[in-house]
Amino acid sequence: MTPTWVRVAELLAAVLFILALKGLSSPKTARRGNLLGAAGAAIATAVAFFYGQKFYGGPVQHLPEILIAIAIGSIIGWVAARRVQMTQMPQMVALFNGVGGGAAAVISVIEFLSVHSESAAILTATIFTVVVGSVSFTGSLLTFAKLQELMTSRPVVIPLGRFITIGVAVATVVTAVALILNPTNSLLWLLLGLSLVLGILLVLPVGGADVPIVISLLNAFTGLSVAASGYVLNNVLLIVAGTLVGASGTLLTRMMAQAMGRPLTNTLFGAFKKRVASSAVSSEDRPVKSASPQDVAIMLAYARKVIIVPGYGLAVAQAQNTIRELVELLVAKGIEVDYAIHPVAGRMPGHMNVLLAEANVPYEQLKEMDEINPEFPGTDVALVVGANDVVNPAARDDKSAPIYGMPILNVDQAQQVVFLKRSMRPGFAGIENEVLFDPKTSLLFGDAKDSLTKVVGALKSL
Amino acid sequence: MDAISLLTIFILSIFVGIEVVSKVSAILHTPLMSGANAIHGVVLVGAILVTGKATDNVQLYLGLVAIVLAAINMVGGFVVTDRMLEMFKPKKAEKEEVSK
Repeated sequence: MTPTWVRVAELLAAVLFILALKGLSSPKTARRGNLLGAAGAAIATAVAFFYGQKFYGGPVQHLPEILIAIAIGSIIGWVAARRVQMTQMPQMVALFNGVGGGAAAVISVIEFLSVHSESAAILTATIFTVVVGSVSFTGSLLTFAKLQELMTSRPVVIPLGRFITIGVAVATVVTAVALILNPTNSLLWLLLGLSLVLGILLVLPVGGADVPIVISLLNAFTGLSVAASGYVLNNVLLIVAGTLVGASGTLLTRMMAQAMGRPLTNTLFGAFKKRVASSAVSSEDRPVKSASPQDVAIMLAYARKVIIVPGYGLAVAQAQNTIRELVELLVAKGIEVDYAIHPVAGRMPGHMNVLLAEANVPYEQLKEMDEINPEFPGTDVALVVGANDVVNPAARDDKSAPIYGMPILNVDQAQQVVFLKRSMRPGFAGIENEVLFDPKTSLLFGDAKDSLTKVVGALKSL
Repeated sequence: MDAISLLTIFILSIFVGIEVVSKVSAILHTPLMSGANAIHGVVLVGAILVTGKATDNVQLYLGLVAIVLAAINMVGGFVVTDRMLEMFKPKKAEKEEVSK
């Protein structure tokens, strides 16, 4: 049997994981919490080599190879985590999550190949790990590709995609059941292939702004697959750690979706449904006032007070330095400029703060929502850069709107509003923003960075 | 360990997992997700266990792949979370200085 001291050490690691999650929930203790988690993981890894002769059938086999593999993985993880830019954090987390899911799937494949367990319960857990771990693996790699802009970050809807996804899902379940009844290697490879494809199909129709929520969901998936692999290996620590992450991750995913005013099912399957416009007239038929970069520059140059509202579009376009340049020009002209930071702007809590801090925007220019909202009526121009839902008055006024109740920035109370938008496409909540059609609103279409660069150029030549 | 004991641990862990994060503030959603992500990197233990008793080359190579992947998850996860939380701290200090 496993020596008692090893099991006590694992208990300690489990407690450290619980304290880590608890610590990470509060700003004061977050960093210490993370370190406690790291300590727990280090302890757990160290004692894994002392499970004893009976477990390993002698001393630990392949010890040098194992240590080298740990070193390689640790160095890759360390370097990647140190080098990544702050704006690329979400996709880095996605990548780390994916490889974790992949590891869990591979472990179960090995157990299947080596043990040939007859127990239906063990087989079920093995198959669960293979499926969920693989889905998490390819799903996370795809979210990485989307956020890193290796592919389009928009929802990808393939023809009949919904039916293909359902078909593959059904095939996966059927194969899984067949595998439990008849555990053969060829069925296992088929199941592995189907699961990997399923992960891609599930994430493809998810759009850029919803991707962080999907990362959180896949994170919970990986947790559950790790827990199941713990059942396969009869290892209590893996069950506890995996379940903790699975449960807290599921709750966290729901909280993130709620903070953004969008039910989780819409995040995952929204692209399949037709968007329902809140007004009877579709957006193409309604007049909007579009402006040239010169118009916007003039508007800004003759304002006394300007408020910048950054959103996801700013992050996607990587326009944080350009906006800072614009603001510096305006401040040099004696114009009062503030940034209004909505708590979920950018769809990652704290996203805008981190992004603008990276671009060396002075902290005192960043104003929280409650602080800045009373200032909009006295503002000449509210410049909305790639934000939509966080300034949509429907959240305040329209009880039937899906985002009703979400606090917003009251840009509609400013004297003039300028939107920098890529298109008339609604924000991810899929509802029209009435401010866009207001006579005092001007729209400048295009990529936020291009538009801002043009406005800066026009300002300089004024 | 018998199935019922493992099931008990599983169920109780669900409640603990939900309880510990139930009061998280919105600003910490991202670091919490990242920290939880690092914790499931402990799957490295499982990878070591299966590789340490591998009996043929297929198992060995698959096991080594699992170890590399799991170690990336664990080490990278904790380091990236720490960097995220680092960004929270100096900004607070700056704010205090400004208000002074």
